[in-house]
Amino acid sequence: MSETAVASQRLDRTIAHAEADSKNIFGFWVYIMTDCVLFAGLFATYAVLHNNTFGGPPGSQLFSLPNVLAETLALLTSSFTCGLAILSAHRKHKNKVLFWFAVTFVLGLVFLGLELTEFRHLDQTGNSWRRSGFLSSFFTLVGTHGLHITVGLSWMAIMMLRVWRAGLTRANVRKLTMLSLFWHFLDIIWIFIFTIVYLLGAIGI
Amino acid sequence: MMLFAGLLGKLSWSAFPTDAVTRGGALTVVFAAVGTLVLITYLRRWKWLWREWLTTLDPKRIGVMYILVALLMLVRGGVDALMLRAQQAISVGNNHGFLSSNHFQQIFSAHGTIMIFFVGMGLMFGLINLVLPLQIGARDVAFPFLNSLAFWLFVAGMLLVNLSLVVGSFSAAGWLAYPPLSELQYSPGVGVDYWIWALQIAGIGSLLSGINFVTTIVKLRAPGMSLMKMPLFVWSVLCTMSLVIFAFPILTVTLALLFLDRSVGTHFFTSGGGSNVMMYVNLIWAWGHPEVYILVLPAFGVYSEIVATFARKKLFGYTSMVWALWAIVLLSFTVWLHHFFTMGAGADVNAFFGIMTAVIAIPTGVKIFNWLATMYRGRILFASPMYWFMGFVVTFTIGGVAGVLMSVPAIDYQVHNSLFLVAHFHMMIVGGVVFGYFAGITYWFPKIFGFRLNERLGKYAFWCWFLGFLLAFIPLYILGLMGATRRLDHYSASLGWQPLFIVAGVGVAVIAAGVGFQVLQFIVSIVQRKDNLDTTGDPWNGRTLEWSTTSPAPFYNFAVIPDISERDAFWAMKHSKAAKPQKVEYADIYVPKNSPMGLIIASFAFLFGFALIWHIGWLAVVGLLGIIVSVIVRTSDEDSEYKLTAAKLEKIEAEAAARREKYA
Amino acid sequence: MSKQPDMIISRHDTDRGTPRMYVSGFVASIVLTLTAYLLVVNHALSRRILIGAVVALALTQFLVQVVFFLHLGRETKPRWKLAVFLFMTMVVLILVFGSLWIMTNLNYRMTPAQINTYMNNQAGF
Repeated sequence: MSETAVASQRLDRTIAHAEADSKNIFGFWVYIMTDCVLFAGLFATYAVLHNNTFGGPPGSQLFSLPNVLAETLALLTSSFTCGLAILSAHRKHKNKVLFWFAVTFVLGLVFLGLELTEFRHLDQTGNSWRRSGFLSSFFTLVGTHGLHITVGLSWMAIMMLRVWRAGLTRANVRKLTMLSLFWHFLDIIWIFIFTIVYLLGAIGI
Repeated sequence: MMLFAGLLGKLSWSAFPTDAVTRGGALTVVFAAVGTLVLITYLRRWKWLWREWLTTLDPKRIGVMYILVALLMLVRGGVDALMLRAQQAISVGNNHGFLSSNHFQQIFSAHGTIMIFFVGMGLMFGLINLVLPLQIGARDVAFPFLNSLAFWLFVAGMLLVNLSLVVGSFSAAGWLAYPPLSELQYSPGVGVDYWIWALQIAGIGSLLSGINFVTTIVKLRAPGMSLMKMPLFVWSVLCTMSLVIFAFPILTVTLALLFLDRSVGTHFFTSGGGSNVMMYVNLIWAWGHPEVYILVLPAFGVYSEIVATFARKKLFGYTSMVWALWAIVLLSFTVWLHHFFTMGAGADVNAFFGIMTAVIAIPTGVKIFNWLATMYRGRILFASPMYWFMGFVVTFTIGGVAGVLMSVPAIDYQVHNSLFLVAHFHMMIVGGVVFGYFAGITYWFPKIFGFRLNERLGKYAFWCWFLGFLLAFIPLYILGLMGATRRLDHYSASLGWQPLFIVAGVGVAVIAAGVGFQVLQFIVSIVQRKDNLDTTGDPWNGRTLEWSTTSPAPFYNFAVIPDISERDAFWAMKHSKAAKPQKVEYADIYVPKNSPMGLIIASFAFLFGFALIWHIGWLAVVGLLGIIVSVIVRTSDEDSEYKLTAAKLEKIEAEAAARREKYA
Repeated sequence: MSKQPDMIISRHDTDRGTPRMYVSGFVASIVLTLTAYLLVVNHALSRRILIGAVVALALTQFLVQVVFFLHLGRETKPRWKLAVFLFMTMVVLILVFGSLWIMTNLNYRMTPAQINTYMNNQAGF
């Protein structure tokens, strides 16, 4: 056993922790990449089915662009405030972390609220996801994103509770980092939904 | 569409089977399950089972469990095959065999589903769990808990498939359940739902393992083991897991969309409502083609290890082997349309995918030539793993050439969905995947259990498998060219097909004898284990790191993580002129504690799947909440490792060294 | 030669953001979002150019967020996250555009009246 190996064996717990962080965050990154492919499958389905309105109105007549803009700005801002929360986490400012995640959470709720309102309106005007291939794929694509947002918000609530009780432990900061990756990723997916579903839909693709 | 109706949903007494054959199957499953529980109770092994196996996070143990489940499913899928072949051998003219059409369809659907998802994937993940950490000089995989969870999700999926024999029925829509047949209108029963949820749950497990093993290889290699010094098996796992992580989400989406159609009335793949049925075929094969490479690439990795070891020569063309693996990975995302050339795309699309399909044969050919070149001028020891390899070369080449033939769309139009196709893919999967994993099990068995498998019985098993396999599938090429389509449960006597079907039936019986020899091999080997102990840890004069540990390997794999400086690290260590170090310095290590949460989460997932299949609302909620709460509980657990002190480590190592001395 | 310092550095997660990165990313994203929105709502450009512009704005915002929020460029070697990201991008492009190509191409064998229209519109691929 060489000297270097022996020295390696004497790795500090601290260094082992840093390696654990790196390993966990990389693993989470890989998971995010798989989720991107999941959304790609839903986008591909939407792309193929989006003109199959089965006699119903197309997206340009169904979508309320101002509503969508509000959703987009809410989610985008929440992605930013999430970033601010992580910056605070690295600086070990527990209260700022809780504050900025609370803001992120509220903005996320606003997003969800606007989206659910849109869904309900469509459903009640005879444009449910059973109406046509177009609407099936619309609700599933946008709805899956909304489901991810819901999971993110739940996770955020749990993390805020954990941080509030145990503080910014190493494990908590690592988990907050993963949560922030998740949240940023959801806003990135939204860029494509906003553009492909709503903006291109409004143009009449 | 009413999703949830009443306390028991769609479940009623009529869910239990009524005809003789299904009853037989159901009773077999019930007796096997109950019998196992009774046996464990009688032997008073529940505590042991719980502690040593059900809650373990040791990948070597998890690997053994994967392989046991996979081999059990091999028997189940094999019995399906026997029934199919028997039916086809006798169901001619006025004779309609012993299986109804609907039954026959369920059996071939189950056969394919089980063989691919639970035998192929099971053997693969099993071997990777056993070997990967050892080969990279690591103690464990990156996420030991996720590993356990993935295994139990695999089991949950397997249980759903087998439960369908007892309660309800299985899908009759083929192993890929094409719509509109698999939609509610034409498959109103629960069969397709069983299929969907078994695969969805097992698929999540596969995805988690993909993430796990990629991270393991990226982050946990021993110091000095750069990428180009990794064993080829490790490269094959990295490549395979890259396929897993990017292909399985497509399956998740497709299954979800089909389930939405069936349960809430969406129109993705229904016949009508602005759907597009062909999009299902497109999506499922966008997953399905990478899937077949997922199955075979680790087998290629196994062959690389085995050929180099038994030829006693380093692997020929290491770099080109690595490039060939990556070429296959990239190309496997560009060929999927060859599974539906006849669906109606134009000549331009068909031509593109046909060319890419022909191209993907090239890196595979490179690999075969490299293996043969490794053997050339080696001092070959023909132990049974080499038999499996040679059998692979013959069968895979025949099947592969048939595949290249079909890559030409014009030819494919003639033989698509005929028995020619069936023969091709069986030769790929059995000759390539199954032979490879059998070879791997034989090769690495001593490392895990500390004794060798009986070689003579292993060779008998091989010959039965190999010759039986050729008997069972060469006739199918001929039948396919004669016009026999797949999935036929009856045909006219004037076609003159029966003699060939009979030969094929005999072939399957010979394969069954091969399985019998394998069972015998296990039993005899266990009984005679004291005579076949692997006392050195290196029974085959191996080249890679796993052979540097004792056999069985200690639960922590390596007391001290080795330093690597060359490819074929263990071979280098064995033959290095450097002086052996006198004193090893141990340090405290941290080992994951056992955890029941993987089993618990998967149990809730099983209940969730069952509830959705039978439309039992409250149970679905229980299952989902159970999963969520369990995940929260597990992620709140800050105390998931225990410390193994340097002193204790030293003691264990000293005991192992003493045992080795005793046999030296 | 001691391997230790290299190991420490390479195993640390050095991809973190700075306040400036988050702020510039946010501002850029707002601008890109509003531009795309206003262009569409006001029908400011001809159809084809509008589509191109909106898509370009989306891709730009995508890159902005990936770099400024997800810190993709800041990894030290070996750049595994980047490699996985690029592989994902390739798979996504193949899946989405491949599916679109295949599925629209299936219209090749429709009824004669439709085929004529289709082939006239689709000279070449």
